[in-house]
Amino acid sequence: MLTIFYLSAVVAVVSTMMVITRKEAVHALLYLIVSLLAISIIFFALGAPFIAALEVIIYAGAIMVLFIFVVMMLNLGRESIQQERQLLKPRMWFGPVILTLILIVEFIILFSKIRGQNYHALSISPKVVGVSLFSTYLLGVELSAMLLMAGIVGAYYLGKGKKRIMHRYLANTGSDSKAKGETK
Amino acid sequence: MTFVPFESGLILAAVLFLLGLIGVLVRRNIIFMLLSTEIMLNASGLAFVTASARWMQPEGQVMFIFILAMAAAEVSVGLALIMQIYHQFKTLDTDTLNNMKG
Amino acid sequence: MLNLLWLIPALPFLGFLLLAVFGGRMNKTGVAFLGVGSVGISALLTILIGIDFISSPPDGYSFNQTLWVWMNIAGFKPGIAFHLDSLSLIFTFAISFVGFLIHIYSAEFMIDDEGYSRFFAYMNLFVALMITLVLADNFLLLYLGWEGVGLCSYLLIGFWYKEPANVYAANKAFIVTRIGDTSMAIGLFLLVLHFNTLDIQNILQSVSTQWVRGSSLAVLTAFLLLGGALGKSAQLPLQTWLPDAMAGPSPVSALIHAATMVTAGVYLIARTHTLFDFAPIAQNAVATIGALTLLIAGFSALTQTDIKKVLAYSTISQIGYMFLALGVGAWALGIFHFMIHAFFKALLFLAAGAVINALHHEHNMFKMGGLRKELPVVYWTFLIASASLAAFPLITAGFYSKDEIIWYSWASNIGSPWLWLISLIGAFITSVYTFRMVFAIFFGEQKTPVSQKPGKRIKITLIVLAALSVLGGFVELPETMGGFAPFTHFLHHTLPAVALRSEESGIELLFQIITAVLTLAGIYLAYQFYFKNVKFTERFKQTGLSKFLFSGCGFDWLYDRAFMYPAIFFARINRNDFIDNIYTFITWLSTALNGMLIKTQTGRIRWYATVITMGAVITLTIVLVS
Repeated sequence: MLTIFYLSAVVAVVSTMMVITRKEAVHALLYLIVSLLAISIIFFALGAPFIAALEVIIYAGAIMVLFIFVVMMLNLGRESIQQERQLLKPRMWFGPVILTLILIVEFIILFSKIRGQNYHALSISPKVVGVSLFSTYLLGVELSAMLLMAGIVGAYYLGKGKKRIMHRYLANTGSDSKAKGETK
Repeated sequence: MTFVPFESGLILAAVLFLLGLIGVLVRRNIIFMLLSTEIMLNASGLAFVTASARWMQPEGQVMFIFILAMAAAEVSVGLALIMQIYHQFKTLDTDTLNNMKG
Repeated sequence: MLNLLWLIPALPFLGFLLLAVFGGRMNKTGVAFLGVGSVGISALLTILIGIDFISSPPDGYSFNQTLWVWMNIAGFKPGIAFHLDSLSLIFTFAISFVGFLIHIYSAEFMIDDEGYSRFFAYMNLFVALMITLVLADNFLLLYLGWEGVGLCSYLLIGFWYKEPANVYAANKAFIVTRIGDTSMAIGLFLLVLHFNTLDIQNILQSVSTQWVRGSSLAVLTAFLLLGGALGKSAQLPLQTWLPDAMAGPSPVSALIHAATMVTAGVYLIARTHTLFDFAPIAQNAVATIGALTLLIAGFSALTQTDIKKVLAYSTISQIGYMFLALGVGAWALGIFHFMIHAFFKALLFLAAGAVINALHHEHNMFKMGGLRKELPVVYWTFLIASASLAAFPLITAGFYSKDEIIWYSWASNIGSPWLWLISLIGAFITSVYTFRMVFAIFFGEQKTPVSQKPGKRIKITLIVLAALSVLGGFVELPETMGGFAPFTHFLHHTLPAVALRSEESGIELLFQIITAVLTLAGIYLAYQFYFKNVKFTERFKQTGLSKFLFSGCGFDWLYDRAFMYPAIFFARINRNDFIDNIYTFITWLSTALNGMLIKTQTGRIRWYATVITMGAVITLTIVLVS
């Protein structure tokens, strides 16, 4: 189990690195799906089979497909790759990588302080999760339901029209002058 | 079942999170920034699940489900916004989209 | 019958509310009907209640009616409550009855004014508040009425607000009286502090049992209340507002600035006579101020050319007589003079208003003249009122009221020869300036043609008031003429009788003769200088003394230099307000900080993310290091 964990961990890290370095969006998305699948295996290794399933079904299955749809719809061709190459200059990596390195060192120092507390990884069944979700965290479920509803309405509204958004005043001036002309 | 060391799970989560962070900081294409945000969300979910396994409590997994719901809503709205932006400005470069400069 | 007491102030108030809300939609007949009617019923009620009160007096010669408790805070609970005794009955009678007559007069006088309903709304409100003032059971309600009549005075002086001068006059009246009102408010605070009540009867009782005669507390309180009375009654040194207040319509001058509101100070002092009894210094001050005021205002009246200004100074002077009466302890006579003064001074103002209206709003009385034939009713009533004002012996009411004041300023145990002398000179001057006015307006040749003759309602008002100015005096005859004095007897249920130094009834007759002779001499002098021998007066007009008196003895000039110029000077120095600089600096600082923060708002998402990351790095580092 431990080897599976480490193997999939390496796969996840490497594929995530590929995600953030790709120039073409579809490639990046495919690498992200690989990364998500690897993480799903890690979840399984951590004794969370329900979460592992959700990771595959919803993350890799639903959300990434959404991304792919959008990328396909935008239909970014070779020009965008050229453009991406211009945007992604090597010296831009310098600052963020330094910052993150500092952070990772600090994280490792922090985590090393909790070493030595052993435990037995036992699987937590979906039933336990479900009972906890719909008893203690019922309110949270309601809230996330509302959030999803807001997300649906927001996405519908934003995606609905290709109408140019104009200021009310600007939109009205034309018709106003027309009306004036008529009264004259 | 053999156990996975708690700290290695956390370190993996941290590494993934920071990779996502690098992505947000470096990439100028807004689609890649959204992707990187997804990576970061997923990494924090991983940290929750690790903690859940460590203490044998279901709460961490419950939190992951909430994160999942939130990510779904965020992605749907975010992608709709991206499409609108592309239609209006014909570019996905965030550095040229700073019309809201204070 | 007495239970209907609350209706007396309530009816005019109702009239005010109806006129204020619906007045704009009513025609002038309706407005006049409502405005005059409400005060008329109120006056009728007052007379009925008065008859009831006198024929079957209630216990203790006073009647209390509590409508409801106004507020109740930690044992301090003033009520909306009325207190009727002989003093408040006389004031209520004078206010409602004279008010009613003036309302009848105004119904015709103001007929062409566009603010007809507004005028009656204000007048009704004034009557309601003035009656509230005199009927109030506690000082808080009294103060409400006090400030309320001040407000009405302000509104009515500036009634023709389109003329800036009228608005300035209104502002001046309001601000100057405010000085007195502030002093009075402090006095009331002192009373609350000591007695935890504002009930007038309770306070007067407590004062007479708990306080020491002449103690500094009593003197201080009395002086603070006196300050309020001085402001309202236009006495020295707060008299400057009244001559300017003549900017209002003539009925307003008659009702507010002659008959009722300006005598509120007299009422206040009479009402709190116990307090002034306990503060002999304050009472002496009342007498002294009254004497000085009547003299100074009398001299000023002598040089005025505007008919209403003459009457204004004359009002100040006559209120000076009332103060003098109160100051020498002749409480009832002060009130008697108030009542008689209300009749003849209202009449003078109304007649003057009729004259002014008849002559195209001409105020200068030396451009009038010869109106005796043209306006006979106005002439005769004006003559009667003038005779009353000048205290023409035996036949006029003014003689009986003023003559006794002059006598008691000598004979009272706190009177003095000086006060007597001053009041005597005052009486002489009064007759001079009064008949100067009569000769200038009604005799000689006509200089301005008469355009509009007074109608029926104006004439009736004038005649009724003229009758009162004559007959009113016979309810109070001096000792030398039989001593028939039901008025003072009635008032002595509330106010103490005057204490004489010794019985000097033999001298009293002599004094009366002196007064009468001086009055007649004054009339003759006026005839000589202002009718026969005008050249001398023309020359007098050029002198500096005349100009000094014309300006009201330079009080306005003095106040301008003592208060206005320093205030303007400091305002000019501090034009940039250096205390403000502190706040300007704070604004500047936040603007500067804001500018710095704006620089961080680049609009680039990546920049924001970088800043957040840097924040995380710093926070984590702090956690790790510490």
